[in-house]
Amino acid sequence: MISMLSTVTIFLALRFQECFAKVDLPALPYDYKALEPIISSKTLEYHHDKHHAKYVATTNSMIAEESGLGDATLEEIMKQSYGSNIGLYNNAAQAWNHAFYWNCMKAKGGGKPTKQKKLMGLIKTSFGSFDVFVKEFSNAANTAFGSGWAWLVLDSESGKLLVTKTIGAENPMNVNSNWIPILTCDVWEHAYYLDYQNLRPTYTHNFLEKLVNWDFVADNLETASAKRGVGSEL
Amino acid sequence: TETSNCYGWNLFTSPKDSETTERIYRMSTGSKLIAKCALRAAANVNSSKLPKELAKSSAAFLSSAPSGGKHTLPDLAYDYNALEPIISAETMETHHSKHHNTYVTNLNVALEKLDSAVSAGDVSSIISLQGALKFNGGGHLNHTLFWENLAPSSSTELSDGPLKVLINECFGDFESMKEQMSASTIAVQGSGWGWLGYNKKTGRIEVATCANQDPLEAGTGLIPLFGVDVWEHAYYLDYKNVRPTYVNKIFDVINWDAVEKRLADAK
Repeated sequence: MISMLSTVTIFLALRFQECFAKVDLPALPYDYKALEPIISSKTLEYHHDKHHAKYVATTNSMIAEESGLGDATLEEIMKQSYGSNIGLYNNAAQAWNHAFYWNCMKAKGGGKPTKQKKLMGLIKTSFGSFDVFVKEFSNAANTAFGSGWAWLVLDSESGKLLVTKTIGAENPMNVNSNWIPILTCDVWEHAYYLDYQNLRPTYTHNFLEKLVNWDFVADNLETASAKRGVGSEL
Repeated sequence: TETSNCYGWNLFTSPKDSETTERIYRMSTGSKLIAKCALRAAANVNSSKLPKELAKSSAAFLSSAPSGGKHTLPDLAYDYNALEPIISAETMETHHSKHHNTYVTNLNVALEKLDSAVSAGDVSSIISLQGALKFNGGGHLNHTLFWENLAPSSSTELSDGPLKVLINECFGDFESMKEQMSASTIAVQGSGWGWLGYNKKTGRIEVATCANQDPLEAGTGLIPLFGVDVWEHAYYLDYKNVRPTYVNKIFDVINWDAVEKRLADAK
C-alpha cells in the first residue's frame, strides 16, 4: 500500500515537474582555457559557473512559483515578463544572453567574415563598409553606461542589420519585436574586469579582432531570415 | 620684449608651455577677477610670441568658467593599502586613479561642450549633453563622497551621538540598519549604489539605491550620509561575484566621523 502510494506520488511529482518550464545551464562550447589570452580561464570559470549559473538557478526558482507559464520556452518567458515582472525578466534574459554570448566567441575567431559571403554582403549594405560596422559596434560596447550588452541585430522589417546597445539584462528582441539578435558582446564589468580592469575598449577591440565566431553569426542570420521571410534578395 | 598685464603678470614669455598653462589654471581657479582680464588678453591677442597652447587654454578656461571650471581628481585621505584586507590596494588604485579619474576627465569635456552650446544658444545640444553630464558628474560626485566615507578599519567608531540616536529611531538599532541597507544594496540590478540618506523634510534617515551613477541628492532629494559602490569594478578583484560578502564587510571601513559630520551639516 505504502509503496504504491509513494510510486504514485513520485509519478505525479515527475509529471508535475514536466509541466514546469525549466531552463538549463548549457556547457561552454569550449574549454575554459580556449579563449586565452583574450579572456582568461579564470574569467570564463566565474562568468559561466557563477554568474550564468546563478541566473539560470534564480530563473528556475522564480518560474517554479509562477503559474501560467506552462512549458514556455525561455524566449516566451522573457516576452511575458518584459515590463511586468522585472525580477523574472532580469534573470531569464540574462540566462538567454549568456548562452548566446558563449556561442558568439571561439578560439582564433574574429577578423572579417570573408567566408560568410551573405553576412559580409549584408554588413556592407547595412553599414557601408565593414569598418563602419566595427566602429559602431565598438562604440555601442564602449558607451553602454554601466552594465549592458552590445548587439548586432537583423531588422526583419527593413531586412538590414543594425547595431544597438542595451542596459542590464535587456534583450533587443524585447525592445523591438522586429529585431533578431545575431551577435552580442557582454560589457558587464564581470565579463572583462579580471583581465582588463577599466580598459573596456581593449576588451571590445580584442573581442572583434580575435574572438567573434562568424559562423555562428552567419547561422543566426540564416535562421532569422528564414523565420521572417526576409532575404529573398540576399 | 616682456609685456605684463594689469596685474604685473607676465603673459608673453613662457619658459615652458605647461608651466604657463599651470599658472593660468591656478590663477583662474584662484580668482575669477584676475582670470577674465588675463585670459581674454591671452585668448585674443594675436602674437607670434604667444604660444598656441596658451591661447587655447585661455579660451578653454574662459569658456569653461561659467560652469565652474575644471574639476580635478581629489586625493585620498589614506594610502591605497589602508583599507586592506577589506578592499585591496590594487582595487583602490584602479578604482581611484582610473575609474574616478575617467569620470573627472569626461565631466570636464562635457562641461566644455555645454558651455559652447550655451554660448551658441544651441538648446538641442544642451539637452543631448544631459546624459553625459549625469553619468560623469554623478560618477565624480559619488566617488568623491565614497572615498571620504571610508576609513581604515577601527580608526573611527559610531559613538553615542545624534547619528546613533537617529539610526536607532529609524531602524531600531544599528544591526537592523546594516541589514536593511545591505539587502537593498546587494539587490541592485547591474551597476549602482546603495546609500544611507537624510530626508530633510521628515528629519529621518532612509536607505536608498540608485542605478548607474545617478546622484542621490539630485535624483531623490536625500542628503547622502554614506554610500556603497556596487559597480562590479568596486569589488570584483577582491570578491568576484560574491557581492554580499563585500557589502557586509565594507561596514568595517566606514568613516563614522565623516558620516556624523554630514548629518550635522545636513540638518
